[in-house]
Amino acid sequence: MQPILKLAAVSKSYGRKAALQDVTLEAAPGRIVGLLGSNGSGKTTLMKIAAGLLRPDAGSAEICGVPAGRATKAATAFMPDHPLTEPWMRVRDAVAFFADFYADFDRSKAKEMLGFMQLNERDKVSTLSKGMNERLQLTLTLSRNARLYLLDEPIGGVDPVAREIILDAIVQYYNEDSCLVISTHLVADIERIFDKVVFIKNGRLILHEEVEEMRLKRGKGVTDTFKEVYAE
Amino acid sequence: MTIEFDNNMPIYLQIMNYVKKLIITGKLAPGDKIESVRELAAELQINPNTIQRTFQELEREGIVETRRGLGRYVTNEETTIMRIKKEMAGELLDRFVVGMRELGFREEDIVSLVSEAVKSKAPAGGEGEG
Repeated sequence: MQPILKLAAVSKSYGRKAALQDVTLEAAPGRIVGLLGSNGSGKTTLMKIAAGLLRPDAGSAEICGVPAGRATKAATAFMPDHPLTEPWMRVRDAVAFFADFYADFDRSKAKEMLGFMQLNERDKVSTLSKGMNERLQLTLTLSRNARLYLLDEPIGGVDPVAREIILDAIVQYYNEDSCLVISTHLVADIERIFDKVVFIKNGRLILHEEVEEMRLKRGKGVTDTFKEVYAE
Repeated sequence: MTIEFDNNMPIYLQIMNYVKKLIITGKLAPGDKIESVRELAAELQINPNTIQRTFQELEREGIVETRRGLGRYVTNEETTIMRIKKEMAGELLDRFVVGMRELGFREEDIVSLVSEAVKSKAPAGGEGEG
């Protein structure tokens, strides 16, 4: 099976600062991959390269066999850690904006998800709480029929109730033919939804494992392994 | 379903044991339909592939059956249900015996302690474990 995301020896620097060094990674269809690391470890840079928004200095990034860039944007749904919407919008404007912008946007899925997320179409985006805003961004992102979904810190800074709903929605609404990459530093809340996890530290990939194998082999889950690795 | 998961043990094994317990205690009856992978994944907030693996293993053990186009069902085979009941009891006993031996108890002491405990414990209540 062809991987959806394939990074081969990817490096990226900002000026003199190396953000990613020699990162190799594959993710297959139907998989939920956790990209874990502390703030500033290189998670967002990796996401942006996969999203085709940044070009690697060295190595290659491919989405379904096509070099990441303009050509792969249609197959990639990226949810950045800052909102994609404008403050003047109401929820329904945001949905309409996405539906206009992306040919693969599924309006009926969006409508269903809005209900699930308890979002009101008439609410103004600027008055939404952080948690509600994350729910909206996730709705907009997952309502596309993409091959690769990249969620950058989808549960960062939201309250436990919103976190539950967001995790529910991810499991319920993600498309099984696609691949989902979720970056987070909040490991404990989310570890059971991952197939495999990738630990990234100072721009380097330091661990890459199937999660159930990890539990079987190490007698430790992602949270405990994460603590161990990052304590070093 | 609600399960208190231990993230340090394979999740599919924990769900398997949970489903077995539901069957043994009759909360899932022979022939009952089992929720779909997606439903269960969302409900438990678990990776769908993990649920899939759970079902595959349960199928391999003859505990659930897939009927094409209809979904998954608890087996009607009483012997299978008896078998898993014995297996789970066996696992509990093994752990108990090992623990007692570690505390330094000998066989006959373990046996007499068990029979005392069984007599003194009222049959109702005390089912704390989830």
